[in-house]
Amino acid sequence: MDYLMAFIIGGLLCVIGQLVMDFTSYKITPGHILVGYITAGTLLSGLGLYQYLVDWGGAGATIPLSGFGHSLAQGVLQGVDEKGFLGVFSGGVEAAAAGITAAIVFGYFAALSFNPRS
Amino acid sequence: MAVVKKRGMQTVEFRNPPVIASWSSTVGIKEAAGPWGQEFDWVMPDYLLGEKTWEQAESKMMQQTVLNALGKQGLIASDAELLLAGDLLNQIISSNFAARELSIPFLGLYGACSTMAQSMLLGSMLIDGDYFKRVVAAAGSHHYSAERQYRVPVEQGVQPALCSQWTASAAGAVVLQDAGDGPRVTSATVGRVIDLNQKDAANMGAAMAPAFVDTLCIHLADMGRSPDDYDLILSGDLGSVGMELAGEMLVKRGWPEVGFVDCGVMLYQGQTDVNAGGSGCGCSAAILCGPLLKRVAAGEYGRVLLISTGALMSPTSSWQGESIPAVAHAVAIEKP
Amino acid sequence: METTGQEMLKAAEQAEYDHLVQKVMPKPPYVKHALAAFAVGGAICVIGQLFFNWMQSMGMTIQNANAMTAVIMIFLGALFTGLGLYDKLGTFAGAGSIVPITGFANVIVASAIEFKKEGYIFGVGAKIFSIAGPTLLFGFTAAVVVGLIKFLLIL
Repeated sequence: MDYLMAFIIGGLLCVIGQLVMDFTSYKITPGHILVGYITAGTLLSGLGLYQYLVDWGGAGATIPLSGFGHSLAQGVLQGVDEKGFLGVFSGGVEAAAAGITAAIVFGYFAALSFNPRS
Repeated sequence: MAVVKKRGMQTVEFRNPPVIASWSSTVGIKEAAGPWGQEFDWVMPDYLLGEKTWEQAESKMMQQTVLNALGKQGLIASDAELLLAGDLLNQIISSNFAARELSIPFLGLYGACSTMAQSMLLGSMLIDGDYFKRVVAAAGSHHYSAERQYRVPVEQGVQPALCSQWTASAAGAVVLQDAGDGPRVTSATVGRVIDLNQKDAANMGAAMAPAFVDTLCIHLADMGRSPDDYDLILSGDLGSVGMELAGEMLVKRGWPEVGFVDCGVMLYQGQTDVNAGGSGCGCSAAILCGPLLKRVAAGEYGRVLLISTGALMSPTSSWQGESIPAVAHAVAIEKP
Repeated sequence: METTGQEMLKAAEQAEYDHLVQKVMPKPPYVKHALAAFAVGGAICVIGQLFFNWMQSMGMTIQNANAMTAVIMIFLGALFTGLGLYDKLGTFAGAGSIVPITGFANVIVASAIEFKKEGYIFGVGAKIFSIAGPTLLFGFTAAVVVGLIKFLLIL
């Protein structure tokens, strides 16, 4: 059941991105989509709304980049609870640290090991 | 008394039409898979040509194409008096570096995808003006070096728009001379930069079509000719979208029956992943130096008009939200 | 500012041409694109769910399992980009392969390997952030905004 829900919610989140790109022609690029999703995910999570989507769709809500925004927001909320003002700045990155480091380091290793193909 | 060679507003008619004494074309594997695959002189075995970078490969392609064109007459680089060449890369490095290796006196040109017509037009003027006797005009582009400069990294997964065009990995070079056998450049029109406020860098056909129409109409008016005076009119890579737009605009300009073919559409006919067709300096250069000149030389066509079109934006201007200016230059070529 | 007749004529010409371009421009196959994005995006999330369930079954907390899943998915995105397969998936799937976190890994790795020729500091090092940078910038800023609001609310 959780696989079906992940498929549906994850698929729908991607369809929204696709429709936005197709209906705005060249004005919205993949870069805009990534920025838009992480920002929207963070803000929706801050408002307490994204958690519903996660409860419902599991990985279908956490794997899209909006889910990454969700971890940032949850991290910062927890950080403020624990550390007060300092948490405003440290909480988000702490929660997302693993993902960010993985992305940068794997990117670097990929650059070491691969060349662009034609 | 000086002879007036200027015709009308923007056109020159050559008094001693320069001869295209020899020419050569180079394409990549993808371009060779199109309907004209057999017509090109050299099909590159891969896109790196044993070099480290795509930029170096592009430069090598340009250099080799110039040598091949000269070689057809048994000439070497030092036999050429002047090289006029351009490409798409920043500061036209492929042409600069090819000129360094060739050691021919060099004038670098930038006209985006219009470079082939631009270099031929200038070369012809310099010969008819008695300044030089043998000028090589060349243009080239490389798909992968252009992608990384203008669009996204090659390995980034994006869905190309249906109106987008595929930058050709191709080059062409012509050897223009004051004497010899071969097709002749009889007249040429220098285009104006036209901008109808198109901003979509993926839809270059829409940006370039008005420039094509403008140059075509001015050429016809300046020469007092009609489209029927040409056996073939070729636009340089408008793509299928730009071609349709140009057709519609020509109807409005009062030339409803103008038939023309497009180098970008021709090059990849039958390949669907190129979307609207080919583009890049090498596209019209390869079609000219591949199938076209061969047929003009054989007398299959009496008089053809090549109008290469170029979109003059840069990644910076696109990010800053500027519209895309475009230019088109025309050269009329007649059988020997 | 007063608009001259010439400017108005130019604007009219541009508007007319825009209209023509809109008419002629091929429309994207909306339904096909949406279905492809749905199928591929959904499938990537199912793979994520698989790893998440596995991590949880090994006794990880939800938060850690999520983070670990993200790391694995980023690794897979990076690997398939390096192998030259992810861009082919992207041509078919569109947003279906951009929106999932594997798409984030794709833009990072694609930029990094593309600019290897410019060296490891100003090539790979700088370009690796060309799309990841803006994404993280706006993500972090949004998180700080959320944190600040929360901080002000509990004061």
